[in-house]
Amino acid sequence: MSLITVTAEFGRFALFLGRLVTGIPSTLRRPRLLIEQIHMTGALSLVIIMLSGLFVGMVLGLQGYDLLRRFGSTESLGTAAALGLLRELGPVITALLFAGRAGTAMTSEIGLMLATDQLAAMEMMAVDPVRRICVPRFVGGLLSMPLLAAIFSAIGIYGAQLVGVKLMGVDAGQFWSQMRGAVELRDVLEGVVKSIAFGIACSAIAVYEGYHAVPTAEGVGRATTRTVVTSSVAILAIDYMLTAVLL
Amino acid sequence: MTAQDAVATLEGVGYAVGGRTILAGLDLAIQRGRVTAIMGPSGTGKTTLLRLLTGQLQPSSGRVSVAGFDLSRLNRRDTYALRRRMGMLFQNGALLTDLDVYENVAFPLREHTDLPEPLIRRIVLMKLEAVGLRGAARLMPAELSGGMARRVALARAIVMDPEILIYDEPFAGLDPIALGMVLRLIRDLNQSLGITSIVVSHDVHVIERLADHAVLLSGGGIAAAGSPTELASNPDPAVRQFMSGSAEGPVPFHYPAPDLASDLADGVR
Amino acid sequence: MKRNSSVEIGTGLFVLLGFAALFFMATQISSHGFEFGRHDYHLSAQFDNVGGLKAGAPVSIGGVTIGRVESIDYDSSSFKAVVRLAINERYNQVPNDSDAAIYTAGLLGGNYVGFTPGGSDTPYKEGDRIEMTQSAIVLENLISKFLFDKAGQGAKKE
Repeated sequence: MSLITVTAEFGRFALFLGRLVTGIPSTLRRPRLLIEQIHMTGALSLVIIMLSGLFVGMVLGLQGYDLLRRFGSTESLGTAAALGLLRELGPVITALLFAGRAGTAMTSEIGLMLATDQLAAMEMMAVDPVRRICVPRFVGGLLSMPLLAAIFSAIGIYGAQLVGVKLMGVDAGQFWSQMRGAVELRDVLEGVVKSIAFGIACSAIAVYEGYHAVPTAEGVGRATTRTVVTSSVAILAIDYMLTAVLL
Repeated sequence: MTAQDAVATLEGVGYAVGGRTILAGLDLAIQRGRVTAIMGPSGTGKTTLLRLLTGQLQPSSGRVSVAGFDLSRLNRRDTYALRRRMGMLFQNGALLTDLDVYENVAFPLREHTDLPEPLIRRIVLMKLEAVGLRGAARLMPAELSGGMARRVALARAIVMDPEILIYDEPFAGLDPIALGMVLRLIRDLNQSLGITSIVVSHDVHVIERLADHAVLLSGGGIAAAGSPTELASNPDPAVRQFMSGSAEGPVPFHYPAPDLASDLADGVR
Repeated sequence: MKRNSSVEIGTGLFVLLGFAALFFMATQISSHGFEFGRHDYHLSAQFDNVGGLKAGAPVSIGGVTIGRVESIDYDSSSFKAVVRLAINERYNQVPNDSDAAIYTAGLLGGNYVGFTPGGSDTPYKEGDRIEMTQSAIVLENLISKFLFDKAGQGAKKE
């Protein structure tokens, strides 16, 4: 019984994802809607992403320095921080923050529109609410995620450099040249691929939960919680699978 | 009344969800150019009936046709095409909260037409003028009172010049003045533009002032139909109870429960 | 519409920042990047053993990075590794008798090519070959040599 329920839920989600994807061309023809959503999901998440990136980078600087000191190779700090951020921490933490910041906003917004009959009103005006409301949010999230992750990683590397070089006295030239020697373009691409996948998953889950919320105040609240929980699990599961494939 | 006069017909329509029957064997014809009221106690399927008429729900049995089209045979695109000929006023207006009044009214035009901005502006301002809210064009929905929100929604519902207007509980929660305004608007729209109107309400007195034809739903079917005055003099005790708003009658005050004495005795034991 | 201009500015800022970060990582942090307005000249060097040297590794003089390892090939006639180096045009005053060696940065760090400047008046030019090279120090060889020497010393004492 519950297995069937879970299977059906997956099926519903997959079908909904299909509707989102088929709606993409019509959204691309209306850039204004898309810009609004990139603003909502991307630009408004900038501060939290930049702050988090800086602190994560600084922690990496401290921890990495302490760890590498034991092996006498603190010059590799740049490499360790850059690889860690580019391949794992950047995409994953960005996606988790995204689920908490932008994902919940999407779910509650769509859920409230559902609860106040706004989506039904659109249906009655012969406007498909999935195309008009859900798809722009989905595409906006999907485009914002790699950019946010890149900003997170770049600032994180700066944070690691700040702690490692300025505070702990690692040689700046060694920090950067070691990093450049070891980091390859495919490491950067791995991060980009991951964050695009996370962007698809997080936005689709957020939009799906909002659109299928029970149209009451309590139902929208629950849907919002589910967005965070489901997205987080999905991010980590997808991360493992992609890491296994891409390594 | 001939079949040609009917804009929308329901034939033997039944609707059940989760094993619960909401409507069964319902026959109804909505006459063109008139105000038809659908009345009934809460939970008798009034809103379900509206959703069947607009194709938001599909009946479990029977046939719903609007403007000559069988709704169950229409695909998504044709359903949408048909809906452009209908307008609907939701209970609380259902204005889009992130757009101001002007943009709300302009919304269907922007979605469905490529009209130049000056023309859109003229249409929107005319429709807002018709509901007396041209001055509120730049307010956000959150700044409107309930009655104003409904009038804006009405302006939005008529912006595409529909043939059929559907009102879901348009009077619920309005003060007498706002109610009078909405009432006058519905009647004016019906008379001046000839828009077929379907009003769902349980406000008997308002319906008496508004409707040409009234249908009383009860227990998933039609309990009575006719002009409001005919309904008021209907001898059926259930109809009389509803029309007079009496607590005494066939519809019981108590939700079905076991005998009170035995229930109390259970608690003691 | 005027109302949206702040939205547009915010979005534009965000998108620009995002692409700047991506560009920064692709060009400045990773080794396979490219830099605009940069002109290189190329040198080649043969090594007996390149150890863990990889394409993209830095080339330095006195700790300053002046270029990158462009490619590493195997020359089947001399049985040696041929390393091609791309040196930034800015550093065109490297004496043409400087020798190149493969070093390891730190105990666990990556390999890089280091120049020790010679005394010649003419600098290296495009296409020159570095004659004097020193191979990568292979840690295992070093350790076994060390142990062998110790064993030898022990034998002498007796």
